[in-house]
Amino acid sequence: MKNQILRMLTGTLAFIASGTVLADEWNMRVGVTDISRQVYDLHMTIFYICVAIGVVVFGVLFWSVFQHRKSKGAVPATFHESTKLELAWTIVPTLILIVMAIPATQVLVQMYDTGGEDMNIEVRGYQWKWQYKYLDEDYNNSYSFFSSLATPRSQITNRSEKADTYLLEVDEHLRIPINRKVRFLVTSEDVIHAWWVPDFGIKRDAVPGMLNELWAIVETPGIYRGQCTELCGQDHGFMPIVVEAMPEAEFDAWYATKVSSEIVRQETMSKSLTHDELMVQGEATYGTYCSSCHMANGEGVPPVFPAIAGSIVANGSRDDHLSLVINGISGSAMQAFGKQLDAVQLASVVHYQRNAFGNDVGDVSQPQDVINLSKGQ
Amino acid sequence: MSEIIHADHHDDHAHGPAKGILRWLYTTNHKDIGTLYLWFSLAMFFIGGAMALVIRTELFQPGLQFIEPAFFNQMTTNHGLIMVFGAIMPAFVGLANWLIPMQVGAPDMALPRMNNLSFWILPFAFSMMISTLFMEGGGPNFGWTFYAPLSTTYAPDSVTYFIFAVHLMGASSIMGSINIIATILNMRAPGMTLMKMPMFVWTWLITAYLLIAVMPVLAGAVTMMLFDIHFNTSFFNAAGGGDPVMFQHIFWFFGHPEVYIMILPAFGIVSHIIPTFARKRLFGYTSMVYAVASIAFLSFIVWAHHMFTVGMPLAGQLFFMYSTMLIAVPTGVKVFNWIATMWRGSMTFETPMLFAIAFVVLFTIGGLSGIMLAITPADYQYHDTYFVVAHFHYVLVPGALFSIIAAVYFWIPKWTGKMYDESLGKLHFWLSFIGVNVTFFPQHFSGLAGMPRRIPDYALQFADFNMISSIGAFIFGFSQLFFLYVLIKTIRSGKPAVGRAWEGAKGLEWVLPSPAPYHSFTYPPEVTDKESYA
Ligand code: HEC
Ligand SMILES: [Cu+2]
Repeated sequence: MKNQILRMLTGTLAFIASGTVLADEWNMRVGVTDISRQVYDLHMTIFYICVAIGVVVFGVLFWSVFQHRKSKGAVPATFHESTKLELAWTIVPTLILIVMAIPATQVLVQMYDTGGEDMNIEVRGYQWKWQYKYLDEDYNNSYSFFSSLATPRSQITNRSEKADTYLLEVDEHLRIPINRKVRFLVTSEDVIHAWWVPDFGIKRDAVPGMLNELWAIVETPGIYRGQCTELCGQDHGFMPIVVEAMPEAEFDAWYATKVSSEIVRQETMSKSLTHDELMVQGEATYGTYCSSCHMANGEGVPPVFPAIAGSIVANGSRDDHLSLVINGISGSAMQAFGKQLDAVQLASVVHYQRNAFGNDVGDVSQPQDVINLSKGQ
Repeated sequence: MSEIIHADHHDDHAHGPAKGILRWLYTTNHKDIGTLYLWFSLAMFFIGGAMALVIRTELFQPGLQFIEPAFFNQMTTNHGLIMVFGAIMPAFVGLANWLIPMQVGAPDMALPRMNNLSFWILPFAFSMMISTLFMEGGGPNFGWTFYAPLSTTYAPDSVTYFIFAVHLMGASSIMGSINIIATILNMRAPGMTLMKMPMFVWTWLITAYLLIAVMPVLAGAVTMMLFDIHFNTSFFNAAGGGDPVMFQHIFWFFGHPEVYIMILPAFGIVSHIIPTFARKRLFGYTSMVYAVASIAFLSFIVWAHHMFTVGMPLAGQLFFMYSTMLIAVPTGVKVFNWIATMWRGSMTFETPMLFAIAFVVLFTIGGLSGIMLAITPADYQYHDTYFVVAHFHYVLVPGALFSIIAAVYFWIPKWTGKMYDESLGKLHFWLSFIGVNVTFFPQHFSGLAGMPRRIPDYALQFADFNMISSIGAFIFGFSQLFFLYVLIKTIRSGKPAVGRAWEGAKGLEWVLPSPAPYHSFTYPPEVTDKESYA
């Protein structure tokens, strides 16, 4: 019996030790930032200290289990206290802990040094996707996009072969330059999420109403993957994070094209669209953002998700309808789409809802109406 | 001593238990109520365990095979809630009911009617909570920590039932604790000074104070949720000026002492079993008592180590890191004292002893991963991954749960007057020991490799660990059905046990015959040095 216990123990320790050798798949990642490497070293230091403690403590325990057994004729000793021993095993662990606390404090202080950044990116969690916004005053902070899971449904439901990046692929990567201090400002639109890129050694909760700061200076170009780590509802397991670190020049070129096309897009906001244009754009937007709840045929899933067909709102005042979609209905699943969609999308989706599914209001909603409404608030 | 036993027998004739089912409904007897608590917790353990197996089945392979993510979240949430509030806590209260009056030399608990109420609330609370799974929109799906606003603005409608159920559980715990404190402080036999109390009594005394201190905090948290949901307040709603992070502070101010509520009585149990089978007095009784007291005190000032990633200021992070690390010191003292108790004893390895030794080893592993988690910069990498899942399951399953199982094997001769079958008990131990490690050890690795907790599906690099883990879970789960079989076999056809069922057993409960008389001590026994612990 005791042999078994010993074998278990040595097996366990060997298991742990082999884990440290096999790296990556078994152990924390070393990562690609100075901080992540320091965190890794800290982790390994503490881990070895813990293993050493384990070896000593379990060693004594098992020695006793083997030697001091009745079947070997052991006669119980009568000692049952020793102030010296108690003091020793209070003081020695305290000293070990102090040894651990010193490097931990140093790393933590460095992590909190969020100043001197080269660029800022706002990271906003949504159920169940991430929004990234390059905070750049020159361009009115305007380049932002959503990044959501790109793994096809068929892989999740086992109808097709799973890709290597299964559940870790998004439709649009967050791009950052290497060797620059990038500051991430993390927040959330609905529930709490958490933004984590293991290779950067950073993780922070995305809390509605709060702006948390994080930073990273990535040293190697590459694609780095992470996941949301705070339970955020049904699709918590399906909102990955993918960051692509690019050489600086490449990043700058890419960013410049994004910004110029953004300027063009903003100009279209002031144009008026025809009924047909609005219907086409509206149907597309509806299909992407609304049909999961209100259904493609506008019938909804009453009583949870109301029908748009015949809805009082969709057949009532246009501005009320617009502002409902812009501001959402607080305390319900109907989110404020004003932050997610641009004026063209908002105007067209409302126009579409008012003129499809048998609704026939006949009025027109233009991007400018959305802009006016938003300004009026 | 013989007089006392005689008197008990005499008394037994006068008023034994009532007959039939009403006995259990109306009973005010500490043993009956203890039995009710224990069976109830066993039932909850199987329900919560079945949910764990649903979870592990879905996680056996990557991809969604059996259940939808929405249901998966209900399973993880209810598994956690049921195991914490329905299995572990009631089991400890059941043990307290059975043992404390016997160990302090009292006839019964101090407040027997309240005792009945505090038990009978529980079946209602849990039926209500479990019934929400069948309601439209489903049951609680926001994790056992129910962080706002996922548990308020975004919660299923059934959350109101959940809130009510938590209130009921809290009321039950508070009443149970008041009863335990009243019994311990007022009903000890003459000569049993505080520093001569058995360790189980000591740990429960401190646990009961913890419960009284933090259960109202939990009640406050869920009441604020209730107001946010139904009365348009904004305690935790950022849009209304509230603060979701405040919820976490309040929750963990309850939640951290709560984890010690689930482990301190375990420390007590192990402190009985190891001396018994080492045939040697507990080493360092006084320091054991002080260690428990300091752990209890520290448990109030470490809560935010569950929240290192919410974005606290540096000073806060450092404070909670240091205070958390400090807890390792008294915990270490306990482990060292147990080992010193075994040292140069004369050990035998009956089932309770096997579970107790496994407790010491595996709980220590959980404690060591706890130290790693306390290191804030490293915690950023561990937080909310399977590393945390592995950590707390190591302290709760081979920790709290093993101690409960050990206690059942240890005291069942006293409860039933019958001895369990030793070889079946040992088989149960080895199955559980293997199952628990196969389940939870690989989770350290999947966590370090980056697998977040509470996800129904995972990336391919985590596949091997999850498969091993699922196999272990099934081994562990089914070996507990075997435990049920061993228990029933003992009760039905176990060999008769003598009063002092274990050669090395000490303490007043062993002075009583087995099974113990219905009213434990009708005349206060004498606390001799031989039966005292200090
Ligand atoms: C996550 C689910 C969800 C999505 C996606 C969603 N809605 Fe809604 N919507 C709701 C719910 C729920 C309500 C009812 C809220 C209430 O009244 O409490 C609602 C109500 C509405 C109403 C009012 C209907 C009425 O008659 O009361 C309109 C108009 C509307 N949504 C438009 C949209 C548009 C436009 C989109 C896409 C841009 C959209 N919704 C996307 C859930 C959703
Ligand atoms: Cu999320």
